[in-house]
Amino acid sequence: MKSTPVRRRKFLKTAVAAAAASAASCGGRSSPWRFFTVEEAATVAALADRIVPPDQDPGAVAADAVNYIDRQLEGPLKKYQRAYREALPALAHFADLTPAQQDAQLSAMEARREPFFELVRDHVMQSFYGDPRHGGNREYASWRMLDVPPAPIRGRQLYDLSGEGMTSRTRRPTWRSKG
Amino acid sequence: MALQRVNAVVVGAGAGGGIVAKELAEAGLSVVLLERGKWLTAFDDRKDDLRNQRNSTLGTGSGPDEEKNPRVFVDQAAKEHIVSANEGAYQNNAACVGGGTFSYGAMAWRYMEKDFRMRSTYGAMPGSTLEDWPISYDDLEPFYEKAEWEIGVSGNVTPDPFHAPRRKRLPMPPLDPNREYFVLKPAAERLGLHPFDIPMLRNSVPYNGRGPCMRCRWCVGFACEVDAKNGTQNTVIPIALSSKRCEMRTGCIAKEILTASSGRVTGVAYFDADHRLQEQPADVVVVSAGAIETARLLLNSKSRMHPNGLGNRYDWVGRNLQGHTYVGATGVFDEAVYDDIGPGASIAICDFNHGNPGLAGGGLLANEFIRLPYQFANMTPPGVPRWGKGHKDFMRRAYRRHIAIRGPVQEMPVFESRVQADPKVRDHWDIPVARLSGLSHPHNVEVGQFLAEKAAAWLREAGATLVWKSMPARYLSAGQHQAGTCRMGLDPKTSVVDKHCRVHDHDNLYAIDASVHVTNGGFNPALTIMAVAYYASDGIKRAWKGKAQ
Repeated sequence: MKSTPVRRRKFLKTAVAAAAASAASCGGRSSPWRFFTVEEAATVAALADRIVPPDQDPGAVAADAVNYIDRQLEGPLKKYQRAYREALPALAHFADLTPAQQDAQLSAMEARREPFFELVRDHVMQSFYGDPRHGGNREYASWRMLDVPPAPIRGRQLYDLSGEGMTSRTRRPTWRSKG
Repeated sequence: MALQRVNAVVVGAGAGGGIVAKELAEAGLSVVLLERGKWLTAFDDRKDDLRNQRNSTLGTGSGPDEEKNPRVFVDQAAKEHIVSANEGAYQNNAACVGGGTFSYGAMAWRYMEKDFRMRSTYGAMPGSTLEDWPISYDDLEPFYEKAEWEIGVSGNVTPDPFHAPRRKRLPMPPLDPNREYFVLKPAAERLGLHPFDIPMLRNSVPYNGRGPCMRCRWCVGFACEVDAKNGTQNTVIPIALSSKRCEMRTGCIAKEILTASSGRVTGVAYFDADHRLQEQPADVVVVSAGAIETARLLLNSKSRMHPNGLGNRYDWVGRNLQGHTYVGATGVFDEAVYDDIGPGASIAICDFNHGNPGLAGGGLLANEFIRLPYQFANMTPPGVPRWGKGHKDFMRRAYRRHIAIRGPVQEMPVFESRVQADPKVRDHWDIPVARLSGLSHPHNVEVGQFLAEKAAAWLREAGATLVWKSMPARYLSAGQHQAGTCRMGLDPKTSVVDKHCRVHDHDNLYAIDASVHVTNGGFNPALTIMAVAYYASDGIKRAWKGKAQ
């Protein structure tokens, strides 16, 4: 988690460099991601931000969905590498569509019960609502949104958390006290 | 190479095996307790929404290792799938000291009297091997009590008019109620139901030298960070080890049960943590590896005298694999009902375990353990989008305002739902893996529909403005409640073990875990596994004529 901002800066820098390089030649570009190419990452980001779109709360991309999926595809989810590699080229145009067009395309994929839709939907949900330890849910974005605190520290049993008058308003989740 | 002979070797340090090891060691027998997993701590199995025994998206929290322990699942189209421990079709329980009790939700149910007499109560069921247990609730009652006091149960079942007769109260009071409890209790009473605090193998007050529950939301599926959840790993196993007569060996994979040319069981061959093949001779062998692995070990123990495996003369080992079909309903309220006070599950009714018109059996209903955000993201009602702005809006609106009620359907055992030793696929130790196939009985669906409707009615009465049911389906059901594969019975032709959990035809081989359950109750089975383990240990001690070594 701590290295994420650095990595993101590096990503942006590299992405810009890669974009410049792509104007001159194709192939052989280095990706800042573990698994995704620069193009694949852009497509996944576009998909993720329609699956959990940004509004008054962060969307999937701001909560590091691409980082989560990229990292897990080189880890416990590596059996899905092929599914991403095969499905993403056909969606290369997705990032260029308007949000309404993107939603229409995703709805069509859902209606056709496309396995890749189910896969990426589930992975984005994992990234957004799961434990931040795995590279998504950046800064507890979804848990803040739902007003559920992060894991308590030892010693919580010493405090009366079940007394009368306690509501979600009066009980301050610990992440709020960090300021 | 043969190791020094001991009186008893127990395979599996879970709910059953941990108790057997302690009981036999305390009685003076020398015991070796083999466990394939490790002795984990809460640091090894952290509060991780994506990696735990309940949600193994990124791996299991307490084993087994996904790479080394495949299984084969055969679907209804007869297609074989090689599955790993973090996939649903694997029917995983756990692989660690304590077994499932290390990470379970820890509901502490006694089965009811009728749960041991399902065939007598409801008659024969077409397509099912439904049968009575050869022992009764009364036979187990003292051992239920022993489990409640030695392992440690909190709760108060007095308001439940349906509970079976008991001599002693529970040793600890229930945990303080959470907010869901206060919403659901008056509603159940208005409906004429009988709600009460769920009995839990969890400390509500200091007990057995450990403190009470810290009320966090990472409970079912997780290790307890403050060790307030009572399993065999923090109760009977330490007692067994402190007796100096029990040695526990972790990281040990049982390969087969050894027999002499006479057919008599002589010990266990296993791979130790350094992958060396060892032979542990013993006077008594107890298999407590869980319904799937116990059956697999018996089936893999082939010899000239037992070409189809031990206890399998009549092809009953591995049959009747069952668990629980879970059903219920979810409701969204106008007000927040979420208070982040774990474990979440707090209130239950047993009004629908039996006596349901036209149905055989039923199940308890209780509010569900806390639904972590990622779990709830996949619990949307019909008509709510599964993604996009609509889904996010629903999460914001409903997460803190929803209650889920769930219950386990007492399943009708099916002969064709089974564990076999796979003829081709082998694990990391070159041992044939478990091959799972079959489908649960259609009557489970009928009972499940009935229970789901009752759950929905309870939520509506409590004031939920949006209620949807989670409907049952037919699937191979085993998982953490896996049971039935070494049925207890009087007739060796239609069962695997006798009423003392002793494998027919072998006076020194026992199966002591949920595999002996003839039927699995409309309840979480852990306390019954423990009671049966105390009961069967008592039998071993009575039958013991050998010399302590």
